[in-house]
Amino acid sequence: MIKGAGKKSNFWERNRESKGYLLKKTVSDIVYRLIRMILLFGMCFLILQPIFNKISISFMEERDLYDATIIAVPVHFTTGNYQLAMSFMDYGKTMLNTIIVSLTISILQIAVCTLVGYGFARFQFPLKKFWFACVILIIIIPPQTVSTSLYLHFRYFDIAGILKLLTGETINLRGSVVPYYLMSATCMGLKNGLYIYMIRQFFRNIPKELEEAAYVDGCGTLKTFIRIMLPDATPIITSCFLFSFVWQWTDGFYSRTFLGNINLLSMQLTRVGERLSHYMIYDMHQPTGATIGYTNCIVATGTLLVILPLLIIYLFAQKGFVESLSSSGLKM
Amino acid sequence: MKNQNKLAGLQKRKAVSGYLFVMPFIVGFLAFMVKPFFESLYMSFCVIELGPGKFDKNFAGLENYVRAFTIDAEFNRLLVEETQKMFFNALAVMVFSFFVALILNQKFKGRAFVRAIFFLPVILSSGVILGVEFNNSLMASMQTAIEDNAGNASITGAIQNILMTSGIGTKAFEKVFEVVDGIYDVAIASGIQIIIFLSGLQTIPGSMYEAASIEGCTKWESLWKITFPMISPLFLVNWIYTIVDYCMRSDNEIMNKISDQMISYLNYGFASAMSWIYFLIVIVIIAISSYIISKGVYYYD
Repeated sequence: MIKGAGKKSNFWERNRESKGYLLKKTVSDIVYRLIRMILLFGMCFLILQPIFNKISISFMEERDLYDATIIAVPVHFTTGNYQLAMSFMDYGKTMLNTIIVSLTISILQIAVCTLVGYGFARFQFPLKKFWFACVILIIIIPPQTVSTSLYLHFRYFDIAGILKLLTGETINLRGSVVPYYLMSATCMGLKNGLYIYMIRQFFRNIPKELEEAAYVDGCGTLKTFIRIMLPDATPIITSCFLFSFVWQWTDGFYSRTFLGNINLLSMQLTRVGERLSHYMIYDMHQPTGATIGYTNCIVATGTLLVILPLLIIYLFAQKGFVESLSSSGLKM
Repeated sequence: MKNQNKLAGLQKRKAVSGYLFVMPFIVGFLAFMVKPFFESLYMSFCVIELGPGKFDKNFAGLENYVRAFTIDAEFNRLLVEETQKMFFNALAVMVFSFFVALILNQKFKGRAFVRAIFFLPVILSSGVILGVEFNNSLMASMQTAIEDNAGNASITGAIQNILMTSGIGTKAFEKVFEVVDGIYDVAIASGIQIIIFLSGLQTIPGSMYEAASIEGCTKWESLWKITFPMISPLFLVNWIYTIVDYCMRSDNEIMNKISDQMISYLNYGFASAMSWIYFLIVIVIIAISSYIISKGVYYYD
């Protein structure tokens, strides 16, 4: 009590000594903090609200959707939406497919991108600037520009006319997963230019002396890369891997164009609406199909099911995403 | 002499292994980028006919381009709309992410948590998920109908009315309100940009601010005289990233139209022509704007 009072008088005393500056400063500080808090809270809410909204909708029965008195907490609680959405998406099987595809593709992409990024960062070779400009170019060129031609290319696939000479026919790779694996193995997958750029940026910062010391001790180029450089680069590689995995998981364009007819979560999600109206008309015998609100509810549930694994990954590996990206120091 | 020879040999070996390391990229670039790039340019001048085991390209001159600009009912409209949207969206993203990065760079409780939330859209609103949300245009129209019926006047609506009736720069205000209405779009598109700005802000040495404040510089002045020039190179990076990112978004209507024409209608020539028109416009925008921005960029070292 006495101590507090002493402090207070001290504050006013100090305030008087500074001719009111201290008070002004403290008040403006508090006001600033308050404004900042409100702003940040608002923006966080803005970002999170659609997710919360989806969660609350996904547990509602259809009649709850049209009840104006129900805003967030469902009155008729149900998990039926999840069962429906799961059956429409063939959840278990599709999930397994998606995990396999995303995992293999992101591992392949990052392995190759690491090699290429290392090559650009640590070696001097003729035309290096030119090839690196090409990396920047593949970041900038939208893949849709070349997709028409690539699409045909894979439909009538041939390696420099050899296959046609041997068998008289070209292979139709359309509908199989081979095209995208081929593209991933050669750095032409989703945002691969960006990964090369980030990894190169990281390797460039490693001191040259380390490499030289390894060379003096009799380490070859490959051995230096594997034994010395790779362990150092784990954070940036993990971060690129996480990005690659997550973006592959939700990717629509590449999956639709180059991954053929394999069932992936991202592709199934876009069809949930159609499936629902089909189900309503033929199984539930409602000639009008599904209502807009209910379709939205089921699509929201499906979206949640798709992003749930990603949310879990993000919760555990949040640092892996953010920290290494900010430490890599992107610059032009 | 011999020594030098050996050095040259070492350098040569290093050059060879360097080429081996980047080989996958070169092969991919030639096979899946350069070749299709020129082929699709050629295809945009052709009518493509598919046959069993082969496809024929019949040269047709500018037919596809004429079709895109004069015959197709929605391409012109989409092109203008999307380009405009891209430009204003990118501007808004830059301002927003710079502002947020400035706030997140300060020390306060729960900073890591807030940063994690701002980064969340990069993961959750990528790819098809964005498209799914925007496909429900019917739902959106229903929502506005409900809001109209409820008749609750919002604060922003009131401000909008006041500013609109004041009669000064109505057009400009309209654009501002469009951006403000789409603040959610802007927020979810700026996750990466915020992180890039943050990483730039953290590399500015604190001694600069100290020196400035001793010289009597206010916070506001040091923001424009120190922070802004120091991270100006990142504006260029972010600007390009934002525009490129916008082109690849799954709710980009032009891209959807192109994919539709290609996959559903098999109009390969027409699809190539459209994608080339869009690509050229985007490249021109990127080139001009990066040139302007790079004039103002300040490199510290």
